[in-house]
Amino acid sequence: MRANARARRLLELADDELIVGWRDSEWTGIAPTLEEDVAFSSIAQNEIGHARALYEVAARELDTDADALAFDRRPDEYRCAPLVELHLLDWGRTIARRYLYEEADRVRIDALKADGDTELAGLAAKIDREETYHRLHAEMWAGRLRDEPRFREAIDELWPYALGVLEPGLRPELARRVGLEPIEAKERGEHTPQLAELWEEMTEVRRSAPGATW
Amino acid sequence: MVTAAQVWAALEDIPDPEIPVISLVDLGVVRDVQVDGDRVHVQFTPTFLGCPALEVMRRALTEKVEALGAEADVEVVVDDSWSTDRISAAGREKLRAAGLAPPAPRAAGPTTLVQLRSKAFRCPYCGSTDTRLENIFGPTPCRSLRWCESCRQPFEQFKTI
Repeated sequence: MRANARARRLLELADDELIVGWRDSEWTGIAPTLEEDVAFSSIAQNEIGHARALYEVAARELDTDADALAFDRRPDEYRCAPLVELHLLDWGRTIARRYLYEEADRVRIDALKADGDTELAGLAAKIDREETYHRLHAEMWAGRLRDEPRFREAIDELWPYALGVLEPGLRPELARRVGLEPIEAKERGEHTPQLAELWEEMTEVRRSAPGATW
Repeated sequence: MVTAAQVWAALEDIPDPEIPVISLVDLGVVRDVQVDGDRVHVQFTPTFLGCPALEVMRRALTEKVEALGAEADVEVVVDDSWSTDRISAAGREKLRAAGLAPPAPRAAGPTTLVQLRSKAFRCPYCGSTDTRLENIFGPTPCRSLRWCESCRQPFEQFKTI
């Protein structure tokens, strides 16, 4: 039972990182500037790398492997937060998600670094070093777009989703950091229709040859 | 039977798969070598978790130990023990000579935008600090892109983590 609780916790983190990385990678080749093509591709690579490291720990708990956890579950078995699932091919909304996700992730990572689970705390500390650069990127863009009405609207739209990334006890800290009022969260557990669409594409190649060694 | 010193010496020949001018030992990712009879236990820790070269490094370490006639047990340790401060002085100089600016020493806290936009970063080609940030991200997770105003060319800057 204890192992299951640990695996569930790891899967929430890993699924968030895999799916947000997948969404970030959608900008590769179509970002508004070449520099942002490079930035989003690199961020996506980091996030998916974090997912891999977290899945590997979870896989030991569940006696499976990281690829099976990433690709062989049904969409309703993923534990990611709705924030990362949204298909947002709009720059203002994408930056709003990056900013809110990184702020929420920072609160979560800070809590994990102090956790009694030393393996998870060490991994969180390593992830934190890399996330520093994602936060700087988000901070830079949020600063540029701060006065744009479309960006403000996107922040308001995504705020309940951002709260849902965190367990309730950590939400006041996120609200304090971003300067918004705590409201009802869009909770983890029920998926948006966009996750199933993403899953179809994400797992298509692997499902085309079940049991293959890649 | 091999000694730990022989193993370390052999591992010094393994280049980083993505930055071949520097060895894995110079990079500071080989954390420990323990010899137990014919068995050699090597601990190494990845630089960036998204680094696609992880498996290549693990395989290179295994092959190098096996070439010494020992059985290799390579363990990947994913914790917070590696930072860019672990790159050796020789390694930093090799990076600079290859046109890749070595990472700034890790300050007390995490890197800030103010730091990245400051004049603290030196061009590996001409030595000027009149350089500006072009992109926090670059061709691999470990690099940023900067522009040198003095010799008017872009260069890659190893990130401090």
